[in-house]
Parts: sequence; structure tokens; C-alpha cells
Amino acid sequence: MAISREELFRLLKSGFPDGEIKIDDLAGDNNHYAANIKSSKFKGKTKVQQHQMVYAALKGKMGNELHALALTTEEK
Amino acid sequence: MENAQKKIDELVKSKDVLLFMKGSPEQPQCGFSMTVSKILKDLKIKFYSINVLEDEEIRVGIKQYSNWPTIPQLYIKGNFIGGCDIVKEMYQKGELQKILKITT
Repeated sequence: MAISREELFRLLKSGFPDGEIKIDDLAGDNNHYAANIKSSKFKGKTKVQQHQMVYAALKGKMGNELHALALTTEEK
Repeated sequence: MENAQKKIDELVKSKDVLLFMKGSPEQPQCGFSMTVSKILKDLKIKFYSINVLEDEEIRVGIKQYSNWPTIPQLYIKGNFIGGCDIVKEMYQKGELQKILKITT
């Protein structure tokens, strides 16, 4: 139950093509990440909506393959 | 499944401040749940918590209810506020305190 940093980046980039994406592997175990995403797609959305958009981009992996993703989102 | 959604909806609307978490505020079973319950405790807010590990129907159902894939989940006056990252951010910016002051 883990996901590589490259795979995580690919999924986020496909969801947010204009996104500035920073990913940290917090524990070095491919299972606890922190991601910071700046995208124009977040404009006018609430934080809850922004994070829901990120989870949608992860296509159901959040909470399954991916145990922990500390998330910060910003408008670009 | 429909029953679970109804049960969750009633639960969420029955309390001013409700936290779905893994474990209890006294004995959290996950770091993210611990963070949120600790913030609420620090604010000296009266809140109710539900241990999703004790109820599989709720553990699965709450994620559909809010379209949110992870636990913890904080609800204030029936509204989904967010998970650990959002609650933490709101707390640091003082926004959480504002909402709690207005609604409770």
C-alpha cells in the first residue's frame, strides 16, 4: 500500500496541468507525503473544494494506496 | 447503505461541534486525529467525537457523506469544515476560532 513520488506527481500534474507542485516524502516510505499545489483552477473555490479537487485527481488512491498526504493548496 | 447516510446526517446535525476520528480524544489512534482533537481541546471547546474504528458503517459512510476520503473530519453546526490540514490552517489563521465563536 504505497505510491511512488513519481506516480503521485504524475497524477497531480494531470489534474492540474498549470500547477506548481511540490512533494515531500515525509517518512521515506512512499506512504506519507506532503504536497503543495499552486494552480489557477483553485480560483474562487473554498479550501474544502480545493482539496476535493486534489483528491479527485488522485482517482480514489487517497485513503487507499496512499495513507497520508498533508495538503496545502493555493491559488495561482 | 442508505440507512448509514441517514444515520450520519442525523448525527452531524445533532451536535454543534462533532469530530469523526480514529480513537478518542484521550487515546487517538492516528496522528491526524490527534492533531485536530488537540486543537479543539486547546480552544476549550465542548465537542463530541465519534470513533470510526468502532463502527465500520460510519467509517465507510462518512467518506461518502462528505465526499472526503480521509479521517478525521470536523463538522460545525452540520457543516463539513475540513480534515486535519484545513483545520490546522484555519486554527493558525484564527478563522476556526471565529467560526466557533459565532456558532457556539
